[in-house]
Amino acid sequence: MRASNLSKHYGTTPVVGSVDIELPRGRVISLIGPNGAGKSTVMGMLSRLIWPDGGEVTLEGRPLRSWNSTELSKRIAILTQQNNLDMKLTVRELVSFGRFPYSRTRLTREDHAIVERAIDYMELGPLAERFIDELSGGERQRAHIAMAIAQDTDYILLDEPTNNLDIYHATALMRTVRRLADELGRTVVVVLHEINYAAFYSDYVYALKDGAVAAKGTVEEVMRRDVLSKIYGVDFEIIRVKDRPLSLYY
Amino acid sequence: MSSPRATPVLAVALAAVSAASLFIGVLDVDPAGLLSGDPEHLWVFGASRIPRLLAVLCSGAGMAIAGLIMQQLCMNKFVAPSTGATISSAQLGVLASLIWLPGAGLWGRALLSFAAATLGTWSFIWLIRRISLKDPVMVPLVGIMFGGIVSGITTYIAYTTNLTQALSTWLSGHFSLVVRGNYELVWLAVPLIGLAFAFAGHFNIVGMGRSFAENLGVNYDTVLFAGLAIASLITAAVVCVVGSVPYVGLVIPNLVTMFKGDRLEGTLADTALSGALFVLICDIVSRLVIFPYELPVDLTVGIIGSIAFITMLLRRLRPGRRGPASPERADRKAARP
Repeated sequence: MRASNLSKHYGTTPVVGSVDIELPRGRVISLIGPNGAGKSTVMGMLSRLIWPDGGEVTLEGRPLRSWNSTELSKRIAILTQQNNLDMKLTVRELVSFGRFPYSRTRLTREDHAIVERAIDYMELGPLAERFIDELSGGERQRAHIAMAIAQDTDYILLDEPTNNLDIYHATALMRTVRRLADELGRTVVVVLHEINYAAFYSDYVYALKDGAVAAKGTVEEVMRRDVLSKIYGVDFEIIRVKDRPLSLYY
Repeated sequence: MSSPRATPVLAVALAAVSAASLFIGVLDVDPAGLLSGDPEHLWVFGASRIPRLLAVLCSGAGMAIAGLIMQQLCMNKFVAPSTGATISSAQLGVLASLIWLPGAGLWGRALLSFAAATLGTWSFIWLIRRISLKDPVMVPLVGIMFGGIVSGITTYIAYTTNLTQALSTWLSGHFSLVVRGNYELVWLAVPLIGLAFAFAGHFNIVGMGRSFAENLGVNYDTVLFAGLAIASLITAAVVCVVGSVPYVGLVIPNLVTMFKGDRLEGTLADTALSGALFVLICDIVSRLVIFPYELPVDLTVGIIGSIAFITMLLRRLRPGRRGPASPERADRKAARP
């Protein structure tokens, strides 16, 4: 999956201009950048929730527009922050919706097995019959990821999944993201505010600023003092922890 | 609380009350007379009692399902045919048919009121999406105002065209005029409820939000507007035959989902049965309180329904209780000194 020359404007205001992104299979790719850099818009275009005004996203060599929406939903899963949180659905019912692209609501025995595996993988077994509106933020996020696992897509796109989570749950979530790539072979794209999570848990980083890619590459290539200072307009120190670059800013 | 036994219990209760309702009326009809084949008993039964019962059941189940669909699709527990301008738009459609198609009868009325109800509901939903209200309680308030405007237009036109008298039949709700030959339109509720069952999963997914739906390959706008059209058609069919039956679509789905959750496949049957049972009981009460005369059913439904609605509102809005709590609400609470 790759995006070339993506652009988007709202009214006459350009939000994103000529963005190229490549998503290598089985890797974790982070999108970072200051507020208003266009991260979520780029994510929206990668996931077909927003159609670009220029450029295109191709999946398996074919432009997204030429795909049928059910076929796309078997290949790309997107998790945003805009879900209805008041719905009284149990965790198992929510995860079962992941099988909708395959079997609608008539789940086969195989579908049920996939749903149970996803629930177990996210360690949601004891919560399976609980309503999602009764869960904590971290638990609910896990339930949504279990649904994405059940959806059985090559690509999982997470838009700011660590928002509203405390340090414990955010870290647990990032470890899960890593496992999705390492154990299940999924390609995970994740929009992050916390750049050290990007540094610690991803393979590639795209740093966006003012709707364009300001820096891209491996973690080592992007997590540099001069690069980050320029993007965020703050002084940075880079230290190394467990042989990975971590940034300090103040 | 969510027990799978609720459905059969409701079904048995409904069957029992239905059977009893057949023997309530000014003319004495009893099972013995029926079994002996008394022609007068059979005639009353076939021409009036059974049509009335079927109209009650279809209206009750239909309005409850229409409300459930609307609440689910709009992600708001307070949206229903009565608070979403659907009933008032259907009445405007009936008035239009009285003006333009005076000779067309039931089917002419149905056609225009279907169109008006659907357009009215779509406009309302389009409007609330444009102004994107933060507080869930504002949505039905805007709906009630919108419906009030539509009713105002209806009343004005009815006065200027001298149709107030004729229109009054559809402004209140009553089953007393239902006889064989003039009520069959309400049967349309049955296939429409069937459609609701067929697309229950789609409605559920759209109720989770646009990006959730698009993620699963469901076209949000198509399902939203098609679902609202189904709810509008059910409402219009009921309005054409018995008039306005408020509150059922608001109260019954809320009560059922409170116990059984929001997964439509688990709640549709119970909602339909409860709606039918509720309206049937209200109809029996209407027929008995001033026997041998009767009250319009929307009066009884309104009294019982509004009490239930206020109770529900207080429960949902009580701080600390789970209800339509939103992040905005939490922020406001925190901001208050």
